[in-house]
Amino acid sequence: MSSSAPAESYPTAMQEGLHGCAVCGLISRPAPGAEEGRCPRCNEELAFRKRASVQRTWAYLLAAAICYVPANLLPVLTTTTATGTESDTILQGVVLLWSPTGWPLSLIVLVASIMIPSAKILALAYLLVTAQRGSVKNNTQRVRLYRVVEFIGRWSMVDVFVDTFTAALIQLQPLMSVAPAPGLLFFAAVVVLTMLAAESFDPRLIWDAANSKEEVHG
Amino acid sequence: MYNRPVVDDSLTLCLHCDLLQRLPDLLPGGSARCPRCDKELWRRRDDSLNRTLALSLAAAVLYIIANAVPMLGLTIVGRAASTTVLGGVETLWQDGQVLVAVLVMITVIIAPALQIGLMLAIVLGALRTSAPRWVGALMRHHPTTQTWSMIEVMMLGVLIALVKIADYATVVPGVALFVLGALVFVLAAMQASFDPREVWQKIEWAEDGVRHTTDDPASEAAS
Repeated sequence: MSSSAPAESYPTAMQEGLHGCAVCGLISRPAPGAEEGRCPRCNEELAFRKRASVQRTWAYLLAAAICYVPANLLPVLTTTTATGTESDTILQGVVLLWSPTGWPLSLIVLVASIMIPSAKILALAYLLVTAQRGSVKNNTQRVRLYRVVEFIGRWSMVDVFVDTFTAALIQLQPLMSVAPAPGLLFFAAVVVLTMLAAESFDPRLIWDAANSKEEVHG
Repeated sequence: MYNRPVVDDSLTLCLHCDLLQRLPDLLPGGSARCPRCDKELWRRRDDSLNRTLALSLAAAVLYIIANAVPMLGLTIVGRAASTTVLGGVETLWQDGQVLVAVLVMITVIIAPALQIGLMLAIVLGALRTSAPRWVGALMRHHPTTQTWSMIEVMMLGVLIALVKIADYATVVPGVALFVLGALVFVLAAMQASFDPREVWQKIEWAEDGVRHTTDDPASEAAS
């Protein structure tokens, strides 16, 4: 592994008036005075930062936080047996899975379905608030936090797949049948919305306050 | 309006912290990281196009098998049931969970198919001496298919479902389950062997296309 040439003063592309293409990586210079332009190699629309990144991320995040409530309160699965009907929320599903042999899987569902979505919402809100306040502290940790959020987001979908294939397989009417319940839609919405929120956040915003401070002092 | 390219091809920026920097010449297998935020900027791959082609062909074969045969089965008091990947989507749809059915369909059937199909097309296009512009258009959308392709997550979900169901019934793992397990690794290897920078350096520029059309006498007469 080799590191690219160390930069002492950390010149940023925005300070140099250069656009970097998020699609193909080409560095190009916009027309004089222009904020936006097109990448001459791949035709992508270019800007110094992702467009309306903070607003879009907040919008997705708030929508996800709203869906988070019914996702956890409403049942995700309905089991019908000869003796009656029973509905389970995600947390009840975790409890049902808990057994002397099944506890590791129960733990996976607990982490993937309950802890990761809430941690993602809190982490992105923290990144947005610190970026909006122009924080210059813990930049490296904050960008690492962003990468973790980006990486683990997809794993929350695991509960959707558990419920999908449990319902698909257990169709043994009248003995026993399992069907998805309304909570599943809200839960899937939380996963998708937090993934979209992570994608619309521009991690370069974490560094912008430090960059402009450098400009003032330097 | 097209930007003017910066002639120096080794100049790059870090998309995680905007640091402008120069990429070093890398040996195959070597990687360059941003000195400020530690993001991996580029990892040079050995024999990237041929290996990616081989792996994406293997992934295509596994994908077709995985979707054609049953994935899970169970037997309980003399009754048997089995389901395919698509069967899971169908049950959700019939139970009125249309949106969730569409989401599952996208993440385990459509996105993986596009991830493999686009990769095949990209590599075949890039193996020519000068890669045509449509390769760039496919490259633009490929990361999206990768984000939403969730076969590895589905595998974990299926395994948990298996353990849950094993309490009530005898579970019979189907052929597709093992094929999907292999596909997870082949897909990861396919992505890992691919070097987008190598392909972008071979692609015809969008700007040149505009130049050609403005050189065209018909459009010149129109302007």
